[in-house]
Amino acid sequence: MTLQFNVEGGDFARAGYASSQIKKILKEIGVDPDVIKHVVVALYEAEVNIVAHAYHGVITADIEKEGIRIVLDDAGPGIPDIPRAMERGYSTASPEVREMGFGAGMGLPNMKDNTDSLDIESVVGKGTKVTMYNKFE
Amino acid sequence: MKLSEIVRLTGGTVVCGERHIDENVDYAFASDLMSDVLTLRITDFLLITGLANVQAMRTAEMSDLKYLLFARGKQVTDDMVELADENGIMIISTPYSVFRTSGILYGAGLKPVY
Ligand SMILES: Nc1ncnc2c1ncn2[C@@H]1O[C@H](COP(=O)(O)OP(=O)(O)O)[C@@H](O)[C@H]1O
Ligand SMILES: [Mg+2]
Repeated sequence: MTLQFNVEGGDFARAGYASSQIKKILKEIGVDPDVIKHVVVALYEAEVNIVAHAYHGVITADIEKEGIRIVLDDAGPGIPDIPRAMERGYSTASPEVREMGFGAGMGLPNMKDNTDSLDIESVVGKGTKVTMYNKFE
Repeated sequence: MKLSEIVRLTGGTVVCGERHIDENVDYAFASDLMSDVLTLRITDFLLITGLANVQAMRTAEMSDLKYLLFARGKQVTDDMVELADENGIMIISTPYSVFRTSGILYGAGLKPVY
């Protein structure tokens, strides 16, 4: 099963909608609640990152028998130094983002902690592509 | 601790999810930082926060947590109530600050997550 969602930069009112929809489906098909929590925590942080840091993005979730693969592909400023961005506490978030309860530089580390694999590709001035995978067992 | 007791001790009001009032919760966590809340592995706890917005509701949803307490009488919007109802989340609102709320509930025996 493949699901796709558009995410707009700056649209905080809607941030989390895609994560919510994907969560509902994982619940419906009977995925273990602990696994669902790991998936959606990582996904929600990644979705918020598009809203907080990029202009526009597409989330594609592929649900297979063994696991879920989620690709978040955005058009945005990109990440110049990925290892640095992965450090807990590193953030370029605006005050507006911090008012939303994010912007402490914990998103990428949270994503790492909650996925079986996390891959980030980024081109400065073009955008960022995050690929995450979680096994269902 | 019963949710009804939490409401009483904090001079709070139940905004939605009244049906949870007789349930019990043992742990609480206080934070305005949603990324921090999202690091918690446990799901059965009360979140005390001054951040009353849609993101707090989404964080509760993703974390599978059921009880939210908004401090300082923050306004709870219709959008927030809608998300709470959709996900079976109880919202309590108190005029007290996060500090005062936490102090009272800690003193009354609610356990800290950390
Ligand atoms: N999709 C993205 N596009 C551009 N920059 C990003 C993106 N995701 C993360 N970043 C960069 O990496 C930093 C760290 O991200 P994260 O750990 O989620 O913390 P936060 O979002 O709280 O700043 C961000 O502040 C930003 O500079
Ligand atoms: Mg982030």
